[in-house]
Amino acid sequence: MAAAPCLDAHAVQRIRLDVVGAVQGVGFRPFVYRLATEEGLAGFVRNTGAGVTLEVEGCAEALERFQVRLRGDIRPPARIQRLDRCSLEPVRQGGFAIQSSDADGAPSACVLPDLAMCEECRAEVFDPANRRYRYPFTTCTHCGPRYSIIEGIPYDRARTVMRHFAMCPACRAEYTDPASRRFHAETNACPDCGPQLALCDAGRNVLSTRGDALEGAATALSEGRIVALKGLGGFQLLVDARNEAAVARLRERKRRLAKPFAVMAGSIDQALAIAYVSEQEREALMSSAAPIVLLRARGDSPGQLAPGIAPGNPNIGLMQPATPLHGLLLEALGFPVVATSGNRSGEPMAADDAEAFARLAGIADLFLTHDRPIVNPADDSVMRRIAEDMTVLRCARGLAPLVLADPQQDAAVLALGGHMKNAVALGRDGEIVLGPHIGDLAYVESRTAFVHSIARMQQLYGAEAAVTACDTHPDYHTTRLAESGGAAVCAVQHHQAHILSAMAENGISGPVLGVAWDGTGFGADGTVWGGEFLEVEGSGYRRLAHFLPFRLPGGEAAVKEPRRTALGVLHGVYGSALWDSDALRPLLDFGPGEWSMLRSMIDRGVNASVTSSAGRLFDAVAAILKLCQHASFDGEAAMAVEFAAESAAGVHRLPRPVVVSDGEMRCIDWRPMLAEAADACMAGIPAGEIAAGFHHWLADAILEIAWHTGFQQVVLSGGCFQNALLTELAMARLQEAGFEVYRNIRVPPNDGGLAVGQAACAARRMNEVTG
Amino acid sequence: LAHGAGGLLTHRLIEDIFRPAFAQSPEDLTHDGALVDVPSGQLAFTTDSYVVQPLFFPGGDIGSLAVNGAVNDLAMCGARPVCLSAGFVIEEGFPIRDLRRIAGSMQSAAQAAGVRLVTGDTKVVEHGKGDGVYINTSGIGAVVTPAPVSPAQVRPGDRIIVSGDIGRHGMAIMATRERLGFEPPIVSDCAPVMSPVLRLIEEVIPLHCLRDLTRGGLATALLEIAQTAGVAMLLEQSDIPVSPPVRGACEILGLDPLYVANEGRFAALVPPDAAVAALAVLRDFDPSAAIIGTVEEAGAVGSVALRTLGGSYALDLLACEQLPRIC
Ligand SMILES: [Fe+3]
Ligand SMILES: [Mg+2]
Ligand SMILES: [Zn+2]
Ligand SMILES: [Zn+2]
Repeated sequence: MAAAPCLDAHAVQRIRLDVVGAVQGVGFRPFVYRLATEEGLAGFVRNTGAGVTLEVEGCAEALERFQVRLRGDIRPPARIQRLDRCSLEPVRQGGFAIQSSDADGAPSACVLPDLAMCEECRAEVFDPANRRYRYPFTTCTHCGPRYSIIEGIPYDRARTVMRHFAMCPACRAEYTDPASRRFHAETNACPDCGPQLALCDAGRNVLSTRGDALEGAATALSEGRIVALKGLGGFQLLVDARNEAAVARLRERKRRLAKPFAVMAGSIDQALAIAYVSEQEREALMSSAAPIVLLRARGDSPGQLAPGIAPGNPNIGLMQPATPLHGLLLEALGFPVVATSGNRSGEPMAADDAEAFARLAGIADLFLTHDRPIVNPADDSVMRRIAEDMTVLRCARGLAPLVLADPQQDAAVLALGGHMKNAVALGRDGEIVLGPHIGDLAYVESRTAFVHSIARMQQLYGAEAAVTACDTHPDYHTTRLAESGGAAVCAVQHHQAHILSAMAENGISGPVLGVAWDGTGFGADGTVWGGEFLEVEGSGYRRLAHFLPFRLPGGEAAVKEPRRTALGVLHGVYGSALWDSDALRPLLDFGPGEWSMLRSMIDRGVNASVTSSAGRLFDAVAAILKLCQHASFDGEAAMAVEFAAESAAGVHRLPRPVVVSDGEMRCIDWRPMLAEAADACMAGIPAGEIAAGFHHWLADAILEIAWHTGFQQVVLSGGCFQNALLTELAMARLQEAGFEVYRNIRVPPNDGGLAVGQAACAARRMNEVTG
Repeated sequence: LAHGAGGLLTHRLIEDIFRPAFAQSPEDLTHDGALVDVPSGQLAFTTDSYVVQPLFFPGGDIGSLAVNGAVNDLAMCGARPVCLSAGFVIEEGFPIRDLRRIAGSMQSAAQAAGVRLVTGDTKVVEHGKGDGVYINTSGIGAVVTPAPVSPAQVRPGDRIIVSGDIGRHGMAIMATRERLGFEPPIVSDCAPVMSPVLRLIEEVIPLHCLRDLTRGGLATALLEIAQTAGVAMLLEQSDIPVSPPVRGACEILGLDPLYVANEGRFAALVPPDAAVAALAVLRDFDPSAAIIGTVEEAGAVGSVALRTLGGSYALDLLACEQLPRIC
């Protein structure tokens, strides 16, 4: 499609375009080169700290076509966010050049997440005639590591870990050939010049390298052994997903009792044999993020997966190979593997080799590693289809750093996030950038990763934050850190932050009715909140309604033992009659000593904080319905209630929510509902039907308060809205009644999204102060 | 109320109760001040007030607590106590019998620690304006360690030793106050720690730092040292002595024994080559004494990590222990 040369010399014009967006590390410069040469334009393109700058010179029509095609022909994940244009004097120099980067200017270029292997690279890796046949580090401008290997910006090989590998002549030729898919592919490598595999034993002894290492790992996996594999964002632990004994061994060594493991299927066909996959879910599985997608497991494929992978769970977390390394290994195996983060539960995954050998020594039998370092670890991302949308539950590898437009952002704000499921965010210059999921800050390792993540975010985005945003909980590690830093502190109430995270994501400013339901968060009155209805607008909020508070005997112990919460709730229903009731006692699995001790704790308020939490109400229902009395992982009880409800044959209707008004404040009384749930359970009504009734009751409560408060826009956020059934029931009721409903899709609704809401609040607070 | 007016009745309170209990020489407690022979060298000086509820608990009462508290604070400075003062704020109508009992246990505690109560004060407040009795004790001690004992002396490699199992005092107080019938009952560890500390000094063990594990428990005490000294510590969960009854009580109450108060327990930080000798001394006094951790070469300054089978936890100073951080 070579354009006709410009005949009229006077018609020659020159323009300069400054492009901001996902334009580095995605083959954008080669794309510009191709367009310009096809249109017969002269000029240059180069990466800058802020994005890409290009100048093109030629006749007006060609320039026009170039600009149209620049927007029209761009191929994801490349994306133009902003394009500034100015006219220049023509310089009358022929040819088009890709120039080396200009490191000046404020670094604000979009840092890309890691990209899963593309189709072209996949084809090459499996083509015996290709020089990259079976090479596990094959990448091109469309795929490969990005965030995980980036040390600075602009994105150039010299500022990534690929600087350790000098390109061979063949690779260099591709790199400089505009016709090649690897033209300016910064991660370009081949078997002659790139990273190599090594298979090691737990004592760090190299057993084999290259193809032999891959084969050795495959053999070990076939024999039921546990292999630690260095993936894109960190080490994963792999084991044969069909081998129950091997899965059990992994559980025991990882000290992970019952929390489901994710499974990697080698192909989409293998995935279809394990789970039901809709078109939307298939797209997510195959996307460049290659996340774990929570799917409904097929009941009709016995023997496919070991039952120990997701005990008692109708869902299965599936993912596709994200790299040629994973693709080759899975191809060699021919069966799916468990692929779980290389850590002990709750800690971040190990990313550094030395760290992996130290931390995973007692877990993995073998280590399949390589010499391409991971400088920015990121765990696997998690998505689930909720109310027609693929909803991100964990924003990590392939998705982070996640960029959200927020016009309120101006001066840099560093938001530190919550205490568990921590992730940090940086707000500045019209955007909020959410960093990758880090994990539970109770652990030493997580705190190290947290410090690293903050430093890297500020470096990549060139922002020394003047304001630090955090939660109001005085004992969150993040709050302590914010208070001890030099920057001004903006403390944001937990549930307000949840709602703001969804408002910022959806670009709405309110006032809205925010329904913030989660496990626990520090309330403005010093009690534990978690079933909140807030009016949110700008940086302010007002509590409009909440659930009737109840006691949590044992605090965090109650979070781990839903039966304790159930006792607190039943005490709310029956008062002291509970202690003498012979009928209620068998509902909960307590010994006589425990029963009387918990009685004292509740009666006397000993370490029995008061809460209005919706998540804990789920726990109480789980325990009363005998679905889960002891939780071995976060969210287990609530999930058990959801699964029971989903698979129930019918709905046992529970008495409608009772809303009690006290002046402006409304309180939802759950006691009649709970009394009926307990009665129905004792009367032998199936637990699933009662659980379904509970979901309907919750959705009714949301609609009731929406009516009472009368805001047109309703925002749902907080960990409870990871529950697909609850979210769908609530949305259906609200939308039918004419409300507009907003919720988190790209930002996790759980505490992983808190930092976004905190950054949003801080910017609004600053703007309100300065007017 | 007449007991506090400074007249005959106060005189009778002192003559009847405190003097017989405390006075060892005819001059003790006869003036508003006491004359004390001071040894040469450094002095240690401490003061603390006691408002514990209940006043009586298994293993002690507010009196023994007040004396042991002052004695222990002096011991933690590497000092041998010389004398104490005691100030009482007594609620009108408080039973004389209980006051006598408290005075008695103060005297036995003082005797056990080898210290004299040389001066004191009593005030009576209106009924309803106090919880029976409050006690303040102050004390002077003579420093007997050759080198200073303070967080500034802590060095990487130092071993962290606890003088015995932790959490008994706090759980005993809570059980009595909240009428939690633990079976068997948990007995407070309230005791003077003077003797073990003096023995450590006699055995020429270089003591870098000593800290009693009172309010906030072991975790808070070590975090405070780590932050003052600017070091990182690593504790092994399995090495920390907790008696089975305390462990069981903490489990059901949802409390962490590392944060529960003690009254007769302390932590000693000593150089690695002295750790075994120090442990041997402490085990003479309480067989549950244990080496529980190390001051690290690396690690976040001011941090205390707890290594468990399920991973390493970072301990925090807690403002509100009762509010969960799990979401
Ligand atoms: Fe939350
Ligand atoms: Mg003291
Ligand atoms: Zn590719
Ligand atoms: Zn090469």
